[in-house]
Amino acid sequence: MSAVAVRASGLSKQYRIGARHDRHTHLRDRMAAAVTDAVRTMIGRRTAAAEASTIWALRDVSFDVAPGEVIGIVGGNGAGKSTLLKILSRITDPTGGSAEIRGRVGSLLEVGTGFHPELTGRENLYLNGAILGMRRAEIARKFDEIVAFAGVEAFIDTPVKHYSSGMYVRLAFAVAAHMEPEILVVDEVLAVGDVHFQKKCLGKMDDVSRQGRTILFVSHNLDAVRRLCTRGLLIEHGALAADGPIGDVVARYRTAEATGEGLGRFSPVARRGTGWARIDDMRLVTAGGVRTGTCAADQDLVFDIDVATRQGDGARLRGLVVELVISSEEGHPLLSVMNVDDGGAQLPDVAACTVRLRLPAPTFVPGRYRVRAFLGVPHLQHVDEIDDAFEFEVMPPLHPWRPYELSAQRGRTCRRGEWSCAPGIVAVAQGTGT
Amino acid sequence: MTTVRAASHVVPVTLIGGARRRRAVDLAELWTFRELLYFLVWRDAKVRYRQTVLGAAWALVQPAMTMVVFDVFFGRLARMPSDGVSYRLFALTALVPWTYFATAAAAGAQSLVGQQHLIARVYFPRLLMPVAAVVTPLIDFAIAFVFLLVMIAAGGITLGYGLLTLPLYTALAALTALTASVWTAALNVEYRDVRFVLPFAIQFWMFATPVAYPASLVPDSWRPLYGLNPMATVVEGFRAALLGTPGPSGMVLPSVVVLLVMLALGLRYFRRVEGTFADVI
Repeated sequence: MSAVAVRASGLSKQYRIGARHDRHTHLRDRMAAAVTDAVRTMIGRRTAAAEASTIWALRDVSFDVAPGEVIGIVGGNGAGKSTLLKILSRITDPTGGSAEIRGRVGSLLEVGTGFHPELTGRENLYLNGAILGMRRAEIARKFDEIVAFAGVEAFIDTPVKHYSSGMYVRLAFAVAAHMEPEILVVDEVLAVGDVHFQKKCLGKMDDVSRQGRTILFVSHNLDAVRRLCTRGLLIEHGALAADGPIGDVVARYRTAEATGEGLGRFSPVARRGTGWARIDDMRLVTAGGVRTGTCAADQDLVFDIDVATRQGDGARLRGLVVELVISSEEGHPLLSVMNVDDGGAQLPDVAACTVRLRLPAPTFVPGRYRVRAFLGVPHLQHVDEIDDAFEFEVMPPLHPWRPYELSAQRGRTCRRGEWSCAPGIVAVAQGTGT
Repeated sequence: MTTVRAASHVVPVTLIGGARRRRAVDLAELWTFRELLYFLVWRDAKVRYRQTVLGAAWALVQPAMTMVVFDVFFGRLARMPSDGVSYRLFALTALVPWTYFATAAAAGAQSLVGQQHLIARVYFPRLLMPVAAVVTPLIDFAIAFVFLLVMIAAGGITLGYGLLTLPLYTALAALTALTASVWTAALNVEYRDVRFVLPFAIQFWMFATPVAYPASLVPDSWRPLYGLNPMATVVEGFRAALLGTPGPSGMVLPSVVVLLVMLALGLRYFRRVEGTFADVI
């Protein structure tokens, strides 16, 4: 019994769809819903409707973690990894099941939590430490170490609103990394900051694990997961799909992904908006019109997006804007395209249609990309907005594009430039300077 | 080092889901987070005084200006009775605790909604937020209270032993603000209507409280009923303690009872919904 740091038994979490992001729940709506529910119950048609408006983000997940284990949690977007960490760090309660945790939990779910722009770095450091559950004496003792780790010594008495985003993140991570909990829960924080700082963070996590503390680590960076962790948990569709040595679990995850399990699959899990019209499906298609999850860097990216209204009262799509935001695997937005951009196509005056977007090659260097889909009127009306609606992989070009390797280190996007060479040095007319 | 750590201190055990919900307010946990309460209050106070031009003077402006307005309209024009003391002091003595309550209740209602980022990303006892919101305005209250003492001294009134009862009435005001905040903060997370209802409710509450008029206008047989408004007791208590007016006799007990019942129910409701604040906020 005492040999367990974390024991999760049957953890489940159900979300009401829309509840997470709907900021305008009003008593009026709730009363209306209560009446509708009561009527449905009376006429015995309740269950179908009730089930349809909820999703299980996590279903019956059980596992034990021994003290000192370093566990990597992998899985596709929306699989439930973050929900699991939120439950274990007590941010939200599970709908079902229970967990027992021995030791102080430190969570790095999102760094910089509770920083106030008007306060100085020093003040924020104390405040943030207190929010993370550190004692004032403990913070004071580690103060110099934390500031040195963050590399913000010169600015420690400057309000953080004057900090660069890099400094801000470094200070925030430094506080959290020095809290010395028995159990450290880390979610994707390594996606932020520059490469140098990421290395520093990984090093810090190495130290923590060498001190015999337990770590639960969620990341899309599979190499980091393999390097740091000993055991892996694979979460698929909210359920625990594999639990074992990290190498096996990562390999299984990679196979699942490669067989199309995640890639190219439309996944409307994180969805918000009024919903009177919906994006019903979205796919990357090959030249032959077949659904795919991959595309060579020198082939056009062609997306088909099915949109349709939900109400039968003659609502029309005309006037709505379709936007795709394509991000890197780590979540940095790279490109936004809208159907109302110059040269785009207005949605027709119909109730349903398929929108096609062609991005002429080349656009991206090989790697994984995530797509956020938006339907609505920007700034005015969010009809349907889906984070991580879709993930695809750009493969190396079929015909050599460059005699050297295409590397994301030199930029994610790839463009055909117009080059020419004039012999001799061309005299340049002096401009006015503007 | 690791072994020493393990041997030298008791490892806390946290239970999630299942049994945890059934427990009442976890006072031991609140105590371990007491420094966070201190930092939250300190942050709010610091930010407030750093971003405003007048800083601490704002603590005086509101009660002082309201006193002038009340004095002109109720005191001089309407000739409101004031239990035998100058109407100006009569009003100010009530306005100082009332302003504290109104500020604290408004801040309390917004205390969770205004901290969405914290709540969605890190665990701490959620109850700390309304508590901090109610504690912070005590700083302004202290400043205004000093101003009140100066005005009373200038008005030629000598203070008696009644002064000793003031901490009790202040505590009652804070408890009233906390009770209201526990309810409104939790309701506000799910029902944003609270934001619209609250200013109206506080205004309504002020008229139900003897701020501009004396409680002696209320018939004696109604006084226990009047005591169901704890702020009526607070305001009359302040006047009795500082100005020597008859005081809130017969009102204290109903106030305390109604507060304890409402606070207990509020904490129970808060406890029931706090686990999913992060999902709906």
